[in-house]
Amino acid sequence: MAEVTLKAVRKVYAGNVEAVKGVDIDIPDGGFCVLVGPSGCGKSTLLRMVAGLETISSGEIAIGGRVVNQIEPADRDIAMVFQNYALYPHMSVYDNIAYGLRNRGTPKDEIDRRVQEAARILAIEPFLARRPRQLSGGQRQRVAMGRAIVRKPQVFLFDEPLSNLDAKLRVQMRVEIKKLQRALGVTAIYVTHDQVEAMTLSDKLVVMNGGRVEQVGTPTDVYRRPATKFVATFIGSPPMNIVPGVVAGEGSVSVGGHVMAVDDIRAGLPKGAKVDIGLRPEDLVVEPGATDGHPLIEVDFVEELGATQLFHGTLGGAPIVVQCPTDKVPTTVKRLALSIAPTLIHVFDHETGERIGRTFGSVAA
Amino acid sequence: MVEKRHWFFDTLPHVILCMGVFIVAFPVWLAFVGSTWDAATIANGQMPIYPGPHAAENYYRTLFVGAGRTTGQPVWLMMTNSFVMAITIAVGKIAISIISAYAVVYFRFPFRMAAFWLIFITLMLPVEVRIYPTYEIVAQLNMLDTYSGLAIPLIASATATLLFRQFFMTIPDELVEASKIDGAGPFKFFKDTVLPLSITTIAALFVIQFIYGWNQYLWPLLITTKPTMQTIVIGIKTMLVTQDALTEWQLAMTTAVLAMVPPVLVVLVMQKLFVRGLVETEK
Repeated sequence: MAEVTLKAVRKVYAGNVEAVKGVDIDIPDGGFCVLVGPSGCGKSTLLRMVAGLETISSGEIAIGGRVVNQIEPADRDIAMVFQNYALYPHMSVYDNIAYGLRNRGTPKDEIDRRVQEAARILAIEPFLARRPRQLSGGQRQRVAMGRAIVRKPQVFLFDEPLSNLDAKLRVQMRVEIKKLQRALGVTAIYVTHDQVEAMTLSDKLVVMNGGRVEQVGTPTDVYRRPATKFVATFIGSPPMNIVPGVVAGEGSVSVGGHVMAVDDIRAGLPKGAKVDIGLRPEDLVVEPGATDGHPLIEVDFVEELGATQLFHGTLGGAPIVVQCPTDKVPTTVKRLALSIAPTLIHVFDHETGERIGRTFGSVAA
Repeated sequence: MVEKRHWFFDTLPHVILCMGVFIVAFPVWLAFVGSTWDAATIANGQMPIYPGPHAAENYYRTLFVGAGRTTGQPVWLMMTNSFVMAITIAVGKIAISIISAYAVVYFRFPFRMAAFWLIFITLMLPVEVRIYPTYEIVAQLNMLDTYSGLAIPLIASATATLLFRQFFMTIPDELVEASKIDGAGPFKFFKDTVLPLSITTIAALFVIQFIYGWNQYLWPLLITTKPTMQTIVIGIKTMLVTQDALTEWQLAMTTAVLAMVPPVLVVLVMQKLFVRGLVETEK
């Protein structure tokens, strides 16, 4: 069991391409840290540096207080689950799981005990004699997990492990991974581009973009107080609406002529300063019948999602999506009056995209 | 394919196939028949197309006595020579190629691509092209009339290296990384993962290279002078050239049939692996 510390970690590839631009993350012992971001944001590179599969250009990575920069992957006391499982195709499931232990010279009866235990935990006992290609995607995924847990490592590393599974299985495995990690109490770092996985799995969510950390925090923190416009639109589905606005006074902004009270906004902003206003589709409340004093949107079309409906329209010249429970508003409606609680309005700097909150940026994690 | 077709279009392909089989098989059959008659019957041009009564006698003489006036050596000796050469070439080529391909694909060393291109260029330099310098080297190393002289110059092979390289490049990088994390070093990764995955490629190459080695003619002709070092392919040729005597066709035919046996056996034994290598990937 160990905490993982990344200090000013950078990765520069040949040709001066900077894939990771100075990342600092502290993951407590037993924590579940998810790195999330769009493809090419450096999250996989970062994970592979922790694993030792990529060299560290500068900075320091420590596992359990031990700096591992110069240590071979096998000696870092980590286990990794790969996107395509990376099972040895010519070995049986048993041998796949046992291989790492054998290479470390673990006694035979000890290997057998541990493999059986891992197989029992993951319910893959009936497949131990089979070859990986005789298994389904979900079963292969379990074998890959088995290979990781049998080693009893200090840190689990997951590189988009669920991206090859179908939607239903993904949800199921997601829950299992979380349960397993909790039960074993092993520190985990998990890379994904799926924000649902990111939100549900993590204790500590790291949102990355362009080789930088945009925000670190608990999932709720990141969702409720996104530090930048990027985080705001990346986390949450459907994504947060960003509409142009101006500062209307202390604690209020104006969008398309409508003045709205805002809770979390820095004091002393010049009146009329251009800002971007973030409004989550699920936070917008439709006011049936009301017209006065509420921002109005023209509805272009409606998407039915079953439990909820998405009304697409424009507000202040920017596209906007409103999510509301089915049957609350007729889908034939042409115009919607909206309201939103002052605590749910996010204000971002128009130029830098950073949050202009009362305490700057996010709550330090 | 359940559609009903005219009987003619069902038959035509079979007729064509049968003709093809006939064209290939008839000379082989004639060689076999020739190996079962005596010299006189063949020489007077009246050999029937069915086997005769002299099979046992011909095969015994060919294998253990030899055609006295020409080769002067029993064919079992020639077969041994051919076999040693073919096996050495096949095994040698595979061993060297798989190691060099492994180096080129998995290690980042200086001049890696230069090394690869050097290997690649030898594709354009088969023995026939470099025969004089190669002969010179083999002669100066005192390897004329030796098995090493027969086999080693033919072992260097770009084709096999290329084939292994292409195959290694299809092995997912994740497998290499998983091995690293599982604590397998380069040698263990080669032994535990690369080699087992390459079995079918190795089998296919073995078949091809064994037949390549077995059928060598020019090189053995050049560097073997002792009758005891003749290969079977050379032996057949030698038997056909006689000065003032009848060619012993029945022995030549017997030798030809015997020369066909080992390659056929290799193909039969390796067929299963060979086909599996072509149709099924274990990755």
